[in-house]
This record gives sequence, structure tokens and C-alpha cells, in this order.
Amino acid sequence: MSLRIVVCVKYVPDATGDRHFAEDLTTDRESVDGLLSELDEYAVEQALQISEDADDAEITVLTVGPDDAKDALRKALSMGADKAVHVEDDDLHGTDVIGTSAVLAKAIEKTGYDLVVCGMASTDGTMGVLPALLAERLGVPQVTLLSEVSVTDGKVNGRRDGDTATEQLEASLPAVVSVTDQSGEARYPSFKGIMAAKKKPVESLDLDDLDIEADEVGLDGAWTKVDDATPRPARTAGTVVKDEGEGGKQLAEFLAERKFV
Amino acid sequence: MAEVLVYVDHVDGAVRKPTLELLTLARRLGDPVAVHLGAGADEAAKTLGEYGAVKVLAADSAEFADYLVVPKVDALQAAYDAVSPAAVLVPSSAEGKEIAARLAVRIGSGIITDAVDLEAGDEGPVATQSVFAAAFTTKSRVSKGTPVITVKPNSTAPEAAPAAGTVEQLSVSFGEKSTGTKIVSRTPRESSGRPELTEAAIVVSGGRGVNGAENFHIIEALADSLGAAVGASRAAVDAGWYPHSNQVGQTGKTVSPQLYVATGISGAIQHRAGMQTSKTIVAINKDAEAPIFDLVDYGVVGDLFDVVPALTEEVKTRKG
Repeated sequence: MSLRIVVCVKYVPDATGDRHFAEDLTTDRESVDGLLSELDEYAVEQALQISEDADDAEITVLTVGPDDAKDALRKALSMGADKAVHVEDDDLHGTDVIGTSAVLAKAIEKTGYDLVVCGMASTDGTMGVLPALLAERLGVPQVTLLSEVSVTDGKVNGRRDGDTATEQLEASLPAVVSVTDQSGEARYPSFKGIMAAKKKPVESLDLDDLDIEADEVGLDGAWTKVDDATPRPARTAGTVVKDEGEGGKQLAEFLAERKFV
Repeated sequence: MAEVLVYVDHVDGAVRKPTLELLTLARRLGDPVAVHLGAGADEAAKTLGEYGAVKVLAADSAEFADYLVVPKVDALQAAYDAVSPAAVLVPSSAEGKEIAARLAVRIGSGIITDAVDLEAGDEGPVATQSVFAAAFTTKSRVSKGTPVITVKPNSTAPEAAPAAGTVEQLSVSFGEKSTGTKIVSRTPRESSGRPELTEAAIVVSGGRGVNGAENFHIIEALADSLGAAVGASRAAVDAGWYPHSNQVGQTGKTVSPQLYVATGISGAIQHRAGMQTSKTIVAINKDAEAPIFDLVDYGVVGDLFDVVPALTEEVKTRKG
């Protein structure tokens, strides 16, 4: 039986760019180039590895976002995913994580799935809660923050390295998995992969297709409100000295002045 | 006065510091009611009461340890139903955020994660967050439902404010989904004896410049002289020189200590995202052009193999 894998990915502003807020206090997507969130590349990679170990598997990559978000889908397709679903609707602008999880859950159910794979967090919002929200909404087990993952005999197994302990986890499919940046380097798309991606199907869905009312999403429908965003004041330039043999002592002197010693 | 639920992070009743910070912040919003799951509630209640918990709702059951996250959500929901709080506060650990998120969906509420400060506002609690690798500070609030907010460690200094801290048993009925993810085995991390990274007042981190696992003892010696936790950059972790659990940065832990000492770390955006809100930053790096020097209060351009041991000796001498 075929294993249906859905990988949720996010199109984010490049973290190495100068990120800003737009006037409505949503993320300004104009000022900085967007790309597939680095942490989602790990999710695509693990989905590909799971698919390679399965008899028969199909990987659908899914995103919610504006037109440009197709770039994130193309990247995942060029890495080796089979097809893509893009949820795109003007009314989605400003949707927060609770709303996004509702949209993704509907799209995942519509697509059909045995396994959902996510990155550990987005590199813009960095909340890290979406995988758990999806599991709650889909009513399936969450097997999250895995540094190792495998699927055999209708079960997912994984290792979660927590703050105080390492845990081995097990759940039956269907399930939602998230993987960390320790799960294994993501592959680079090959030239062949990039060419093949251009021919792979990208299905577009809007809110009507998912039976979601506009007032359940978007900025006005959000469960949270940002009232103010202020750039962090530039740090006043500190003292930088060159070590001429006394650097350690000088630093100790500074730490003593600040009462750390 | 309104009650505010505070989820307790503890190890067998030994309450961890971020929970005391939460109780301190919760008092700005109402009367803190602590939710203690697992063993050790009576022991924990003494500390929780000392820091302002008017009540401790306690539940102990094998499900909390045997299955991932969901049993704890069931319990927190039971506490929510029992109290009808004005807000729910949870420590911003990986598990804490997942518990909070699932609760938010169940009770139809919004969620804010990784708050670094919390104040009462006209329309509910106002959370301060540090976003885009600490380039912006935002003020946000939950606009639908009961605010569910997770708070980062080191967000405030815990202040004692003795309250009753009476333990009441919380009755929890686990949903059929609660046993979905089985914890097959658990291997506790060996304690280094040093403070926990995200909770430490001082963090000493090593990066690419440390040049090998065998050299990290130099960083550890400095950390021990200062009573600090040890961190590592992603480069050092990816090279296998130090465990991932000690990684500071966007994909590791974010820290906000009183003092951050960066040694042999260039200061790439990924790392800066994890430490930029530290109160005082010092760096040692032989490359005078390293971006980390843009952030420092005090920097030494020099070879860390000379500077760090000299600093460690000087700190030890001064501490006597």
C-alpha cells in the first residue's frame, strides 16, 4: 500500500537579510528575498529518505502563502518531492499560527495522508508549535523534534533529544512528525531534479476549496494582535582591545567593574 | 482577583527557576494557581507557595511519563476548566510550547510564545517579544479567548511573595488520543554539574576558533571559574566538538544571560539570533573583523589559547 507523505513547508524572508515589519505589523515580504525555510529542508530530506525506504511512497509538499511561495514548493520538488499543493488566497494575509494550522489541517485532509512531516520551527516566527497544533487538529499522534526518524510496518519511530533526557518514541500512522537540524543534512537539488521539478504538478487551493470562511483567517481573524514593533536600539560601541599579553587581565578587570567577578 | 494558571516545570518536585519567574510575572495579572503534574507536589508546593502560588493543583499519573505531551495537555485543560483563569502561563521549553499550543486550540484561544516580559493591559496581558534575531521588540496580546502565553527563561528575577500554596488534587480524565505517542525509553542526560544553559546567569561559549573537542576544556575551565554554563556555536556542534544540547543559536537554544562570553565565535546571524539579548556581551577572537565585535561591550582581539587561560587565572585570583 502506498505511503502518502505530506511535507509542510514555509516560504520565509531570508534570515541573513534585513528583516522588517510592514505598516500593518505583518512581516514585510517586499524588503527581503524569500526562500524555503532552512529548517524545512530537513523535513523534505527526511521525507525523501522515508520514501526511499518504503515500497511505494508519494511525497506532496504543501505550503500556505502568497504567489512567491511557489519558490519554496519548487525547491522541495527539485529536491525530489512528487507534487505540490499551494494554498493561496488574498484573505490569508496576516493569518497567525492558530489560523495557519487550521488551513493546513484542512488542506492535509483534502490531500490525503499517512504521515505529515514538518521542520522543527520556521526561521521567521520561530515558534515551533505548528507540528503540535496540526496533530491536535488532525487528531493523530505527534512525534516531534526528532533527530532520527524511521517508518516501518505502519509505525513511526524516532529519537527526541530533550533538555534533560533523550527519548525513543513510537506511534502508529497516521501521525505528524517534526525533525530538527540534527536529523541529517538536506541534499542539494541536482540539475536533473531542477529540470524535472518544472514538470511536476502544483495544485492551487483557495479558502473556498477548503470550506474556510474568510473571517476565520487573515489579520482581522487572527487570535493574536501585534500592537507595536520597535527596532532594537543599536548597541553603543563597546571597547575592543588588542591582546598584547594583557588581554586576559584587561577583560578580567572589565568583568570586575561590572561585578561579574 | 482573577486567577492565572502557571504550568510548573520541575524534576520530581524540584521546581526549576523559570517557573518561579512565571509566578513572579503572573502576580502582575492576578492570583497565581500552579499546576503540578507528576511526583513531588507536596515538596514543590513549599517553593511554589513561597513565590506566590495561592493554590497548587496536583495530579500524578503514569501517563505523564509514558506518553508524549498529550496527557499533560489533558491535565492542563482540566485545570483550566476548574479555574476559568484570566491567563495561562507556561515556560518556553520545547515541551512547554507544545503543551500550550494544543491547549490554545482546545479552548479556542490565541497563543503567544517566547515572551520576554509581561504586563497587565486594558485588553488583557501585553507580552513583549524579541523577534527577527532580536532586531525588533514587539508588544502583542491575545485577542481571542483566554491568553495562553509561554515565557522564556531569564525574563525576570524571581521575587518571593509568600502565599498559601495549598495543594488540591486535580482530577484528570485522559482522552483516547493521550496514549498515541509512546515513550519507549528515556535516557536522562548526564549532568555536567554546571547551570542549565537557558537558565544560567553567565554563559561561556566556544566556536570554530576552539579548533577541536580536545580544546573545549579551556572553555569549561573559564566557565567553572565564573560559575557559568557552557555553550557552543553551530560550527563547533556540527564539527562534533560539543553536544547539540549546548548549541546557542537560531536552531539551538536562545539564551539571555547577564553575561555572555563568546570565544572563537565569528558572530554569524544564526549565532547572534541566539544570544543578542544578553545583557553584557564580551568576545575573544583573533579576527579583528569578526562581526561579533559589533555587539560587544568589551572585546579582545587575540588568540583564545592565550587570552582564555589568562582570564581564567585572573578570575580565580580575584575570587580568591
